[in-house]
Amino acid sequence: MERMSFDLAQTPLRELNAFLHREASAGRVKQVVVTHPDGAHNIAVGLDCPVEVEIVGHAGYYAGGMNKLASITVTGSAGTGVAENMMSGRVHVKGFASNGAGASMHGGLLVIDGDAGLRCGISLKGGDIVVGGSVGSFSAFMAQAGRMVICGDAGDALGDSLYEAVLYVKGRIKSLGADARIEAMTEADHATVKALLDAAGMAHDPRDFKRVASARNLYHWNADADQEY
Amino acid sequence: MCGIVGLLVKTPALRPRLGELMVPMLIGMTERGPDSAGLAVFTEPLAESARKISLYSGMCEEGADFDWRGLGHALNAHLGIEAQIQPQGNHAVVTVGIAPEPLKRWILEHHPKLHILSTGRAIDLYKDIGTPGEVAARYGFDRLAGSHLVGHTRMATESAVTPDRAHPFTAGEDFCLVHNGSLSNPYGVRRMLEPHGIRFETDNDTEAACRFLEWRLREGDDLETALQKGFEALDGFYTFLMGTADKLALIRDPFACKPAVVAETDDYVAIASEFRSLAHLPDIRHATVFEPAPEEMYVWNA
Repeated sequence: MERMSFDLAQTPLRELNAFLHREASAGRVKQVVVTHPDGAHNIAVGLDCPVEVEIVGHAGYYAGGMNKLASITVTGSAGTGVAENMMSGRVHVKGFASNGAGASMHGGLLVIDGDAGLRCGISLKGGDIVVGGSVGSFSAFMAQAGRMVICGDAGDALGDSLYEAVLYVKGRIKSLGADARIEAMTEADHATVKALLDAAGMAHDPRDFKRVASARNLYHWNADADQEY
Repeated sequence: MCGIVGLLVKTPALRPRLGELMVPMLIGMTERGPDSAGLAVFTEPLAESARKISLYSGMCEEGADFDWRGLGHALNAHLGIEAQIQPQGNHAVVTVGIAPEPLKRWILEHHPKLHILSTGRAIDLYKDIGTPGEVAARYGFDRLAGSHLVGHTRMATESAVTPDRAHPFTAGEDFCLVHNGSLSNPYGVRRMLEPHGIRFETDNDTEAACRFLEWRLREGDDLETALQKGFEALDGFYTFLMGTADKLALIRDPFACKPAVVAETDDYVAIASEFRSLAHLPDIRHATVFEPAPEEMYVWNA
């Protein structure tokens, strides 16, 4: 049983997820195709083995959440919290993604071909996010580690209260969040952007990107700052 | 949490199927709003001088046994009019050829527990407690016809679960609003509106938004200007979907805290809180599907 199909118009979602947890984890299936996702929540969540899952259509909330090792593709759009808390592996959204894409990710690669909504990569703890389109406001809020490549524009307050995550933006940044600043791109940054774009299958010139990182002024409490940063 | 649905058919041939296309949208939002449901449908407008009023008797002792025929006779006798009344259980639509104010005053005075759901030339409104499936079946939503509609499934957070606190809310004529979210300053908005003679019927936060926007429209703002003032005056989390006699309008708060997704084809524009309420629509695979941006106005003409 190399390949298996689930039609969610016929089969309950729990059956699919139970199958992925049981059969795929035991190595008995390599590829799973999911048809008629029709916006259902929690498709292919909590996977922990290198299975390939293709979701043909639009996924609801938390698709591919908590992923470990699996490679999950959504051919349509993804709802709130796609790949949230991903540990490793890959989640690829070919359409747009709603709010909170890749929230709290620890590892792996999240690729969004279209736009991502607000709060993309919020509290990023590791791993990489590559967005082919633009991201909404408050993206990378309190992002602690990991990297984000944004090929379009960024909304308000990009990278507010950033820790050690690094953001690369090709388009316009509407506004930077507190303690986020634009820094010069080094050769290492160009190589990083190129590697991430290659991994995402996107073609852009790394020299067109800006680097956004933390100014680290918020790292230490400054009683004299009077809450002005 | 709550669910929002809206549907506007561009192809006149689809107008008789408006309700049938919408019912699965409404039922698809049951998990987001299982306690009450409601719907405003906009039909071909009545003549300039005529009005229709949707009434709800579910909060009267008689409930669905309310004597609608008797109400029709009494209205005609006391007001010297020829009101047409179309009853359906605890709901009725009264159609008259006069300005609606004397009629509404008479109803409030003689039947204070009758709830006036809507007034206008194009709007019919239904709302009640129960699951979206139950409410849709109660009023035969699948048989509704019209050019566009606004629907809601409620999971109450800000006020009690009662029929009058279900959505859509209306104010003035041919205007309704549904809300997913919660406002943080509804009482401030109320205190600002009440000195203008604007009367509130419930303690619901959504009613404040509805009456604020209708007040701006009545004061002469066009829809876009009214919505812009709404962004400035209304604080909190919201996705609002509004209906007027010839338009649907959608806005989301600056933080986009509450969801919305739009699917558009040559035949229709459909709006829902989530894609799962749109998945059944005809030719959805080829629809343009997008997420409306925060603090932007989306207006579609019927």
